Amino acid sequence: MSEPSKLEPSPRDSSPRNLSRRKLITTGLAATAGIAGLSVAARLAQRYGLIPPDHGGFYGFGETLTYASQRLLTRHSLAREFSRSQISQPPFPNEMPPLNDAFKSLQAGGFADWRLSVSGMVAKPASFSLTQLKSYPSRSQITMVQCEEGWSYIGEWIGVPLSQILQTVEVHPQARYVVYFSIDPDWWESIDMADALHPQTFLTYGMNGGELPVGNGGPLRLRVPRQLGYKSVKFITHLTVTDSLKGFGKGLGSAAPEGGYAWYAGI
Amino acid sequence: MPAVRAPWYHSRVSDSSCVPSVAVPIPATASAAVPTATLSARHSALVRVTHWITTLCFFALLVSGIEIVISHPRFYWGETGNDLTPTLFKLPIPASRNLVPSGYGYVLPDQNGWSRYLHFQSAWLLVFTGLLYVAFSLLNGHFRKNLMPDGADVSWRAFSKSIASHLRLERPGAAEALSYNVLQRLSYLFVIFVLFPFVIWTGLAMSPAFVSAVPAAVNILGGQQSARTLHFFVSLALVLFLLVHVGMVWFAGFKSRMRAMITGRAATSKEGA
Repeated sequence: MSEPSKLEPSPRDSSPRNLSRRKLITTGLAATAGIAGLSVAARLAQRYGLIPPDHGGFYGFGETLTYASQRLLTRHSLAREFSRSQISQPPFPNEMPPLNDAFKSLQAGGFADWRLSVSGMVAKPASFSLTQLKSYPSRSQITMVQCEEGWSYIGEWIGVPLSQILQTVEVHPQARYVVYFSIDPDWWESIDMADALHPQTFLTYGMNGGELPVGNGGPLRLRVPRQLGYKSVKFITHLTVTDSLKGFGKGLGSAAPEGGYAWYAGI
Repeated sequence: MPAVRAPWYHSRVSDSSCVPSVAVPIPATASAAVPTATLSARHSALVRVTHWITTLCFFALLVSGIEIVISHPRFYWGETGNDLTPTLFKLPIPASRNLVPSGYGYVLPDQNGWSRYLHFQSAWLLVFTGLLYVAFSLLNGHFRKNLMPDGADVSWRAFSKSIASHLRLERPGAAEALSYNVLQRLSYLFVIFVLFPFVIWTGLAMSPAFVSAVPAAVNILGGQQSARTLHFFVSLALVLFLLVHVGMVWFAGFKSRMRAMITGRAATSKEGA
């Protein structure tokens, strides 16, 4: 029996009902696969520390993607270093909040009494004077400070790698974050262990061959060169090692998300 | 049994856009009367969905991008730039931070926090949407069939004819309700394969973490401030495209073009098609 030509679609076949049923099934399958894939991804991300503390809310999706992808891509990569001739002259001191009385009295004493205390999940909590910090082998890096506003400058940063101090106080293996505090109580930040143990994360006390100027965060600034400037907090007095950021401030990781900015600033 | 084979055949055809030959009559009740116009398949669901997600992301990126730029409306070339260094150029606008020498006696409200969150979130959504669009368009032949200029269009004569007709502000003919003209095809290809990749690249080149892993991304561009300046200019080019695009849609018939991009069908008179 000869069939009618198959190349001519009959009117019945092009009815929207057939198409919409097909599309409904396809969409349903795709949505189910998508939700299953997302939940597996979320579980894996949680396990491998790819969820930032400010993952909640409307912008949590983008924030988590940025942090997770960059943490996977940049765990060991080094920030670009520059030649001495590329150092910005004059060095750019950013706007600063008025320094408080505690700072001013330490400044009057030439910062001889400046202390950096280290606590939390460490075997040997300690407090370091600037002289003690300078007794460790000093390292330097010529890296860029990039502000979220858009400006930037290159400087030579001299100090001791944070990993050296963390090794000295013997960090517990379950530690996940280092929270650091400025003498200005409005400024505190935190980084994950990948950044804390990173060879370019320095406690800096010197700049461009001299002392670290107050305008650039002296006497002690934590430099995190793979993130924006606001993670490099000035006037550091205290570090705490922790496995959870829930107990700090509003639990978002640092003062930045409380002020509306991303916790992770690698962009 | 044709009933089994034909739907597959038909959906293959109608899923790819711009198929003037498959004219679907207006619903049965209307087609009982003598139809003066038919609705033809114009844009596939993929093209329509990705178009509108891209539109949404673009506006979010534009608004947040403007908010970010006004915190430091100065541009530089090379690796670094700040208030103490000479600029390549300055935008003559007030700034949202008080230390920037903007020349204005007041400071705009600072909106950088949510703007940055929104900028990167929209960028992610746009990248996923773009990848989906490019992958499917390569697979189903959308680029080859609808965006690559026809063989006949690739000649200086055809090209100058199209330019001349645009310059004379001629309204597009009926055929253009169902297919793109050569200038349109080239503009879309330029936006998809040059401007969008370049705006993503220059954006990533400003990320200190990304360039620690891929330093060439910023070194090729001549430095981090150069990347920022280029990002600004590519964004400007995209805004220019948007203005011309919306202008042309208005000119060609806002209602019919919008209907085509929303419902997927374009009305054509029988004679015109």
